[in-house]
Amino acid sequence: MASSETLTSQEYIKHHLTNLTFGNHPDHGLGFAHSAAEASEMGFWAIHVDTMFFSLLLGGLFLWFFKSVADNLTSGEPGPAQNLVEMIVDFIEENVRGSFSGQNPLIAPLAFTVFIWVFLMNLMDLVPVDLIPWLAGLIGIHFMKVVPTTDPNATFGMSIGVFLLIVYYSIKVKGVGGFFGELAFQPFGKFGLPFNLVLEGVNLLAKPLSLSLRLFGNLYAGEMIFILIALMYNGGPVLGIVGGAVQLVWAIFHILIIALQAFIFMVLTIVYLDMAHQEHH
Amino acid sequence: MEMATALLYLAAAFMLGLGAIGAAIGVGMLGGKFLDGAARQPELVPMLRTNFFIVMGLVDALPVIAIAMGLYVLFAVV
Repeated sequence: MASSETLTSQEYIKHHLTNLTFGNHPDHGLGFAHSAAEASEMGFWAIHVDTMFFSLLLGGLFLWFFKSVADNLTSGEPGPAQNLVEMIVDFIEENVRGSFSGQNPLIAPLAFTVFIWVFLMNLMDLVPVDLIPWLAGLIGIHFMKVVPTTDPNATFGMSIGVFLLIVYYSIKVKGVGGFFGELAFQPFGKFGLPFNLVLEGVNLLAKPLSLSLRLFGNLYAGEMIFILIALMYNGGPVLGIVGGAVQLVWAIFHILIIALQAFIFMVLTIVYLDMAHQEHH
Repeated sequence: MEMATALLYLAAAFMLGLGAIGAAIGVGMLGGKFLDGAARQPELVPMLRTNFFIVMGLVDALPVIAIAMGLYVLFAVV
């Protein structure tokens, strides 16, 4: 709202969807990008500083909170924090037991981390869209995208991590021969080998792609609609009041999406790793 | 109106409309089946509700993405 008086709505939207990018520009050298065009000229090795900052901050917050609760565990009357943590741990454990049939001590902590971290990153979407960018603007930072999961880099980072684990456990459980056998000799037997390779290869690659794009798309859509609602505050008092009501409704509906997408990311991670542990699927 | 702009409006309309059709059919079938199951075996409602929301999230994902892209085209590109 603060910056929109001098901007058209198109510029406002684009401004809100630009990351704070740090990288090596071919003309200006190392530094922050001053526009979206400059950011794209920095190429592959540029870093989205805001995404990194907020995701690591939330990850640190998550670790600190759960560590501090774990250090003060009591078998007597538990406080609200311990109740919350026990509830979450039970919930995750139940889901992992329900969907994962193999033996692997890594799956439950992985699912736990994925769920809480994605949930916290999604939760940043409920912060008013202009608040943190405005505060950052006061100290001279022009671009700020607060929700890390609206940046495909963050979601792809997580889903590629899950993908590497899928490949690792497939090879570990079934052996190199078993893994490639599954790719090459199913579902049409050894005479349909090229066909099988294409089918199963697409199947394998679709997992990380759909995992990350689903999360990114949902959160991007939510953020986009929040930005469009924020534009309504420009249109005078009547439209502003309507905009406030719409924003409240959308935020309440969005709480569902935030938790649901974190949960889906976790469940699919468990299910994919379960498939990697099974001999035949 | 220029041809390119008109095409962008049409593209946004397709994205919003077709996404809505898909989501409506998908969630409608899902909700109907959920009510069916809930009426037949009310003791399974908690389990059914959890799975209903998971599948709804999966069904809903693409239409929501289409809506966001459509609105982006409508407001930020045109």
